[in-house]
Amino acid sequence: MRAAVLMCVLSLCASLPAMAQLADPPVTVNEKFSERIDIGISTNEIAITSDFSGADITVFGAIEGADELLLATFAYDVVVALEGPRATSTVRRKERVAGIWINRHSIRFEPIPASYSMSSTRPLPNIANLMELASRDIGIDNIRLVPTGGVGDGSRLTEFREALRRIKQASGLYQRDPTGVQFISKALFRAAVRLPANIPVGQHKVRAVLYKNNQFVMEKVIPLRVVKTGLEQFIYNFAHTHSFAYGIVAVLLATLTGWLGSIIFRKD
Amino acid sequence: MTIYLPIAELSVNIFVILGMGAAVGFLSGMFGVGGGFLITPLLIFYNIPPAVAVATGANQVVASSVSGALAHFRRGTLDIKLGLVLLVGGLAGATVGIQIFSMLRRLGQLDLIISLLYVVFLGSVGGLMLWESVNSLRRAAQNKSVSLRKPGQHNWVHRLPFKMRFKRSKLYLSVIPVIFLGFAIGILTSVMGVGGGFIMVPAMIYLLRIPTSVVIGTSLFQIIFVTAFTTVVQATTNFSVDIVLAWLLMIAGVIGAQYGVRVGQKMRGEQLRAGLALLVLGVGIRLGLDLVLPPDEIYSVVSGSFGF
Repeated sequence: MRAAVLMCVLSLCASLPAMAQLADPPVTVNEKFSERIDIGISTNEIAITSDFSGADITVFGAIEGADELLLATFAYDVVVALEGPRATSTVRRKERVAGIWINRHSIRFEPIPASYSMSSTRPLPNIANLMELASRDIGIDNIRLVPTGGVGDGSRLTEFREALRRIKQASGLYQRDPTGVQFISKALFRAAVRLPANIPVGQHKVRAVLYKNNQFVMEKVIPLRVVKTGLEQFIYNFAHTHSFAYGIVAVLLATLTGWLGSIIFRKD
Repeated sequence: MTIYLPIAELSVNIFVILGMGAAVGFLSGMFGVGGGFLITPLLIFYNIPPAVAVATGANQVVASSVSGALAHFRRGTLDIKLGLVLLVGGLAGATVGIQIFSMLRRLGQLDLIISLLYVVFLGSVGGLMLWESVNSLRRAAQNKSVSLRKPGQHNWVHRLPFKMRFKRSKLYLSVIPVIFLGFAIGILTSVMGVGGGFIMVPAMIYLLRIPTSVVIGTSLFQIIFVTAFTTVVQATTNFSVDIVLAWLLMIAGVIGAQYGVRVGQKMRGEQLRAGLALLVLGVGIRLGLDLVLPPDEIYSVVSGSFGF
C-alpha cells in the first residue's frame, strides 16, 4: 500500500510542468544524510472562483530511506509551508502631532512572501535551532525582514518588524499550525495548509523541509499557481487594458440599474 | 455566502455588502444625498482598500442618484434648468479637483487631508443645519411661521447680476452663485470622493433660498453627472472601480432608496433637515474621533497596489 501511495505521489510531482520556472532550486540536499523527502499535491493550480472563501490544500509526502527505529522514536520532523509571491511592504507608524494621530515614520522592507501558511510536525523551536530556521526563512518569526533605503534612527526597527508580522497574522495572510503535519503510516505524512480568502494571485510555492534529530536533511519545492478564472479574470483584464471603456460600462450599468429600480418600484 | 471581488482582490460576505447598500440607499433616498460620504467609510471599515472604496463608492452613487432623481422628476420636484447650471460649475470644479488630488498625493499625507476635510465639512455643515432646524422645529411648535423664504428679506446673493428665471423653483436668481457652488462642490467631489449632496443640499437651502422640496431632486440630478465623471476618471487613472462590488451596492441601494423617498415625502422639511443634520454630524464626529483617539494599532502595512 505504501508503495502505491508513493508511486501516486511521485507521478504527480513528475507531471508538474511549471517546476522549471522556479527561481529557487526545487531541491536542496544535505549530503551527510541519505534520507530524501518527496511531496505531491492534487493540483498545481488553485482557481479563484466567484464564491472563493479560502481553501484547504493537503500535501502528501514520503520520507525515502528512513530508518525504522528513528521513525518510531519521532526523530524525523517535517515543515510544510505555502509561500505567496514576494512583494515589498511599507510599514507606517502613527504618532500624535498637535492632538491628531498621523503617519510619521515609515520603513520599507525588501520583498517578503505576501502570504505564508505553515504546518509542522511539532512547534518550530523543537525542530531546529533558530539560526538554522532563520537561514532558510522557515517560520513566521524567522522570515528575513530587510529594510531598504533610509531607516532613520533605526532604533524602532524591531518594533516595525514585529508590527509587520503581527498585522500579516491578523489579516490571515500569515498562518501557522504547529501540529498540521501528521504521519499516516511509518514514512508517509500528510500536511494541511490553509489558504486565506484574501490570498494574493500569482506564483506560489509549496516548500517541504525534512529535519532529522534537529539537523537539516533536505528541502523540496514545488510550484502552485493561484489564478483568477472566468468572469473574475475577464473583469480584471478589461479594467486594466481598456480602462476608459470599463469606466463607461460601470457608469452605464449604474444608470441602467437606477433606471430599472425606479421603474420596478413605480407604484404611486 | 461569500463573493470574490475581482478588482479589490478579496472575498466578502455578500449579505454584509447588500445590507450596507440598502441602509445607505434608504438614507440617500430620504435626504436626497448621494450617500458617498456614508458608503466610503463603511467600505473602508469592512477592510475594502481605501482606493477601491472611494472609486466604487462614486460608481454606486451614480445608480442611487439616477433612481432618486427619476422619482423626483415624476413628482415634479426636480428643476432641470437649475441642475444644468450647477453642473457647468460642477464639471469644471471636478477637473480642477483632480489636479489638486494628484498634487496632494505627491506631497504625501493625502489620507490625513481627506480625513480633516471630512471632519471640517461634516462637522460645520451638520452643526449649522442642526442649529437651524431645531430652531424652526421650536417655532413650529409655537405655531409661528416656519417658512425659510421670508418675503422682502434678501441677502447679498440676490443683488448679483446675470439673473435667470428658474420656474420650477419659483426663483429669479443670478447664475454666478449657482455656478460657483457647483464648482466648489465639484472640487470636493474629486478630492474627497463624494457626490457632495451633504454640502449641496444645505447650501442651496440656506445660501440660495431654494425650496427644500426642489433642492433634493435637483441636487441628485447634478450628482449623477459629477459622480459618473469621477467614476470614469478613477477607472482610467487608478484602475480601482470594482464593478462587482459596485453592482451589489447599487441593487440594494436602489431598492432602499425607493422606500427612503417615500418616507421622506411624509416628513416635514425641517424634520428632514434635522435628520440629515444629525446623520452628517454623527459621521463627522466618528471620523474626528478616529483622528484624535489613540488607535488600536499605530502601525499600518501597505504592500502591492491597494495595501494588504
